[in-house]
Amino acid sequence: MTTQYLILSGLLFAIGAMGVLIRRNAIVVFMCVELMLNACNLAFVTFARQVGNLEGQIIAFFVMVVAAAEVVVGLAIIVTIFRTRRSASVDDANLLKY
Amino acid sequence: MGETITFWVLAVVSVGAALGMVFNRKAVYSALMLGTVMLCLAVMYAVQDAPFLAAVQIIVYTGAVMMLFLFVLMLVGVDSTDSLVETLKGQRIWAAIAGLGFAALIVLAVGNVVFAEPAGLAAATAQGGYIRSIALLLFTKYVFAFEATSALLITAALGAMVLAHRERLTEKVTQKDLSRARFLSDQPSPLPGPGTYAGGNAIDMPARLPDGTVAESSVNRYIARFDVEQGRLPEDPALAEAIKHSAEEESK
Repeated sequence: MTTQYLILSGLLFAIGAMGVLIRRNAIVVFMCVELMLNACNLAFVTFARQVGNLEGQIIAFFVMVVAAAEVVVGLAIIVTIFRTRRSASVDDANLLKY
Repeated sequence: MGETITFWVLAVVSVGAALGMVFNRKAVYSALMLGTVMLCLAVMYAVQDAPFLAAVQIIVYTGAVMMLFLFVLMLVGVDSTDSLVETLKGQRIWAAIAGLGFAALIVLAVGNVVFAEPAGLAAATAQGGYIRSIALLLFTKYVFAFEATSALLITAALGAMVLAHRERLTEKVTQKDLSRARFLSDQPSPLPGPGTYAGGNAIDMPARLPDGTVAESSVNRYIARFDVEQGRLPEDPALAEAIKHSAEEESK
């Protein structure tokens, strides 16, 4: 079963990466990043069972905690940008472009 | 056998939900799809001898993180759909090709690896069971990482408060101020209601004053703008003129 789990994890990661590249809404881009983190966690848990070692699960736990902190700060940044520029599109925040 | 069936059901659901998340136009639907993927992954953790992570996944991700996403969607506005203008030419197509290529790469690379039968966590959790083994690792070997995460969480909470805080630049308007401003203005009374049932049975009809003239302040400006855009104006020229005028006021 390990191979199937890893392939599923890779597919979810690829879908998330594609979403980050395709979507313009900053919140949806953020959701795609979360999907990639979740896919990595699945690989960690799968390998933990494959090699019979709990440390993979511990790492997955830390990934979850860091992801939660990252979501809090990231969404606060999105809200702040939306307040000043009235837009949640990643294309509109281009003041540093030139 | 049971694990195989669970896996295939959840795999189909989660990949479908992930694709739906990427290709859905509405951000709220994307959030719900992401919640589906996270629940599927929680069940997979439970199947793979990780009940602690399954619980954490449901509590932290589907409980806290998805709620946060939905709250921010409410703040930012759910109707903020994607713009269709491509800043980089052909970016979407190339992104899709890159995603497919990446998926093919991973599937081929991992699919060619032959794994032995999973070792299972029975040996690792032999001393005192699963939860105690997790706690042992977390509070001995990874205790510094654990403490660092607590500092990280406090920093994140403070950062969110600082970023989302808004300073009040003007004095708070009290009811007394509002009342004073209303009586000093030209119209202390409420605006006249629309002329529903007077000249027509719709709420967008202007009311008429006792002398027969049209009360322009009775027109709802949003509805007036909609009427002008759709070309739904009444036959009476005075009424149509009032609606047009307040639509112009609205679009100023």
